[in-house]
Amino acid sequence: MLELRNISFDVADNKKKVGILKNVSLTLEDNKFIVVTGPNGGGKSTLAKIIAGIEKPTAGQILWNGEDITQRSVTERANLGISYAFQQPVRFKGITVYDLIQLATGRQISREEACQYLSEVGLCARDYIKREVNASLSGGELKRIEIATVMARNTKMTIFDEPEAGIDLWSFQKLIGVFEKMHESVHGSILIISHQERILNIADEIIMIADGQVVSKGTKEQILPEIFKATKGCGCKYYNQE
Amino acid sequence: MDQIRLHLLEEVAGLHEIPAGAYNIRENGKSIGRSSTDEIEIVPKEDGTGLDIFIKPGTKKKSVHIPVIISQSGLTEVVYNDFHIGEDADVTIIAGCGIHNGGDAASRHDGIHRFFIEKNARVKYVEKHYGSGDGNGERIMNPETEIEMAENSYMEMETVQIKGVDSTIRKTNASLEAGAKLVVMERLMTHGKQRAESYFDVELNGEDCGANIVSRSVAKNTSYQKFVSCLVGNAKCNGHTECDAIIMDHANISAVPQLEANHVEAALIHEAAIGKIAGEQITKLMTLGLTEAEAEEKIVDGFLR
Repeated sequence: MLELRNISFDVADNKKKVGILKNVSLTLEDNKFIVVTGPNGGGKSTLAKIIAGIEKPTAGQILWNGEDITQRSVTERANLGISYAFQQPVRFKGITVYDLIQLATGRQISREEACQYLSEVGLCARDYIKREVNASLSGGELKRIEIATVMARNTKMTIFDEPEAGIDLWSFQKLIGVFEKMHESVHGSILIISHQERILNIADEIIMIADGQVVSKGTKEQILPEIFKATKGCGCKYYNQE
Repeated sequence: MDQIRLHLLEEVAGLHEIPAGAYNIRENGKSIGRSSTDEIEIVPKEDGTGLDIFIKPGTKKKSVHIPVIISQSGLTEVVYNDFHIGEDADVTIIAGCGIHNGGDAASRHDGIHRFFIEKNARVKYVEKHYGSGDGNGERIMNPETEIEMAENSYMEMETVQIKGVDSTIRKTNASLEAGAKLVVMERLMTHGKQRAESYFDVELNGEDCGANIVSRSVAKNTSYQKFVSCLVGNAKCNGHTECDAIIMDHANISAVPQLEANHVEAALIHEAAIGKIAGEQITKLMTLGLTEAEAEEKIVDGFLR
């Protein structure tokens, strides 16, 4: 179980303190499929990075199964069982897809085993396994490799930051299947940051974050109607006045 | 001693035993084993300064090993090897030098290799440098490679210097006739106070010839690297040179690409990039459970692979 207690995250903008997260408290229970949604710039990605340890909160505490991990490094959290899939996957010169999947599993695995993870995200494993994770891969290919890598870790908590971004329609269908499957066979928690209705639809719990705060939280039956109501119109407050 | 010999041979030439086919193994200034075949003849020069290696026209899929090892501290040598590669031949040449210096005097090997590549011949040339030993004596290697490529010939040159060489000045000169192609991949890592300089001078003389000179390097601690690559286009040709370097600690890297076009259809490109390891690469590997130091090592290993 992951617990966030009064998490705040501030950045300096022109000597002015700007609060990206403001006193956020959340409990993410085990074996739940949780989707975090909300407008761009609301603090969702920052929240994910704070859980993974990539950003340190300005204030507040993070507890993992009751243990305070606020000061723990990215590596320590990874080894405790927290995985994080980047919104914009990183490229490497010389490191192959096979290398990355091996590193993710933390052991020597056969090519066949590595290929299975790639097949799950809809990549023809034979074409990709030997390729370098470099600029020759498209954004969508990288994104799917990133998801395969994180799945290969098979940890108690997995965070995906906008997994659908940059993925084409055909692959997106497949991706939904991947998450559905993960949801059915889940042995840990999955936290997905997403704007996609189809991902929201398979959530056990939806958390809405806006302006650095949790604005609502509940089952999809409770939250979805609220979201659709709020997104009527184009979202521009001047538009309706004209 | 035998252990050192075996280790050096494995590092520079991947040899675990006497190689099949043609070879010459030079140890501490003397040949300790040589073998020619029907197709590849290795002949010592009369003045004893090196070897002539003759590869008969039409030789296919054969290899030549000519490793040099030095385990005697203070030994200094200059060796001249000439490779004569006949028309339509297709060969792999594995050279390389390993120095184990357990003493206080500098050990030095300067290998001057000349390649005469005839029409339509294909050569893969692999040269690895390696140094070991805990003496204070420096391990120095200064290779010079001169390449003459006839029409439609092809050469792939792979140079690797990852560990233990204190000082290197590498000079490579090539001239290409019509349709010839030269591909160079240089991989280099320097650490401690090591210094490595590499100079390429490639003359693209014939129509539709081409060269691709790529260097990937990592400089750690207070080491110094200099990479100078000059492509001269004297005909309709394609030339590309690239230096991609990772700088760490207090190292110093200088990259000097140089292009000279003397023909309106000479297409020449240079790219040079020097930078530290991207922070997000380290973070990504840390999210997979590696420590920061392990992540750095993995990134450097991959980069130099």
